[in-house]
Amino acid sequence: MTAAGPSPASPAGTPTTAHPEPSSDPGTSGGACPYSAHAETSAAPLPETLPNAAPRGACPFDPPPVYQQARREQPVIRTKLWDGSSCWMVTRHDDIRRTLRDDRFSSDSNRPGFPFLTAGRKALTTDNPTFIRMDDPEHARLRRMLTADFMIRKVESMRPQVQELADDLLDAMVKGRQEADFVADFALPLPSVVICLLLGVPYSEHDFFQRCSSIMLRTESTPAQVTAAQDELHAYMAELTRTKRRNPDDGILSRLAERDELSDDDISRMGRLLLVAGHETTANMTALSTLALLRNPRELERMRAAGPEEAKAAVEELLRYLTIIQSGVSRVATEDVAVGDTVIRKGEGVLCMINAANRDEDVFPDADRLDLARPGSRRHLAFGFGVHQCLGQPLARLELQVALTTVLRRLPDLRLAIPFEDVRFRTDMLIYGVHSLPVAW
Amino acid sequence: MRIQVDQDKCCGSGMCVLAAPDVFDQREEDGIVELLDAKPPQTLWPDIREAAAGCPSWAIEVDET
Ligand code: SF4
Repeated sequence: MTAAGPSPASPAGTPTTAHPEPSSDPGTSGGACPYSAHAETSAAPLPETLPNAAPRGACPFDPPPVYQQARREQPVIRTKLWDGSSCWMVTRHDDIRRTLRDDRFSSDSNRPGFPFLTAGRKALTTDNPTFIRMDDPEHARLRRMLTADFMIRKVESMRPQVQELADDLLDAMVKGRQEADFVADFALPLPSVVICLLLGVPYSEHDFFQRCSSIMLRTESTPAQVTAAQDELHAYMAELTRTKRRNPDDGILSRLAERDELSDDDISRMGRLLLVAGHETTANMTALSTLALLRNPRELERMRAAGPEEAKAAVEELLRYLTIIQSGVSRVATEDVAVGDTVIRKGEGVLCMINAANRDEDVFPDADRLDLARPGSRRHLAFGFGVHQCLGQPLARLELQVALTTVLRRLPDLRLAIPFEDVRFRTDMLIYGVHSLPVAW
Repeated sequence: MRIQVDQDKCCGSGMCVLAAPDVFDQREEDGIVELLDAKPPQTLWPDIREAAAGCPSWAIEVDET
């Protein structure tokens, strides 16, 4: 370790270009992002070690330009972590697919060399890990207790219910008002209510668990803050599990509680994971997608006119283009493994940058362009890849399809209520998106 | 074309069901892949190739010989 203290690496990093002023043109020019800065390549050579997280470029929907440059010029490269240590960073689509599908790369955060994204993450995942930080067979054993709840047919049967919820939330949002915060009034409550229903968690407690998950996902939270938030949420879930043992319902927590092999702690861990992952991710994808569509009027009209199949394809393209996991997927090598031309040694960490991979021109021609009718957009890695690929992806897809089509259909004059330049992006969170989205209609 | 699925490897992502719903399904009890048609008609081959390539856990094997 070369540095002590919570924030050793200043983001002084390496901005590779002078950032052009954002244009105030709301994007009337076809389907491309209104920023004309996509060709933000730099003549500057790549540094030997990239910062993590690197500074973002002019367009807030694009991955940091230096990661895009790395993918083109040096797709496996060193990166420096918050604690001064370094690990590998992989940026190409094909390399990441191979890495995440290779069982010589471990997800076990207790292995030496595992690359943690923040001090808080380290505190969180070494103590009391959920199955996303385990390898098979233990990971598969636990995950398979949940896969039935998120399988396609099961989730699809929830469509009418999700539609009704979306309509109710929109009714409440527009009632007697001309403006609202789209995040607080729609994008966040929709997935949050749905995951609460599935788990059997009372939604009335959402202030509490949203506060905990915010602390857990903020990159600047101290280990003490993160641990305290996790402990609080864990205690809450364990207590809820005990209640379910006495008064079962048909939620997931109750069904897990019927299994003899799981302790209250085990169930609490799984519940915590689903609750945090289930609402933060879809909520941010919904809001960020809406913003991206407002900035790309042609694509917005396409989405508004989309039939069910077109809406499904459109959601895949939004997942690809926006990739709300901007910070990298961590693995550690358990043997020497070649990735591209680079040999990653046993015990070395790897960050798979799915945001850069989803802009890989070899897989997605004209990748920096949002094109809702793009063929093959489903090849994106926004849900990760390998056996840890997002468990809730069918639900996330359904929620996004319903949310986006409903909002655009019902609010034909939907628009941003503040200048685009004033939108606060979640550069300080492990899940990207916007903190709030004031809209009018 | 012959298809084989490995239910031990499958992580229940459902990607194959999205790509080729006439050929792949998920088991009711645990969401693990089930093969509906091991020798599907040629019209479905492109979808099946997509399913095999997109399977996150490499649980689908396609033999085209
Ligand atoms: S795509 Fe692969 S992992 Fe996913 S359900 Fe099908 S066989 Fe299983």
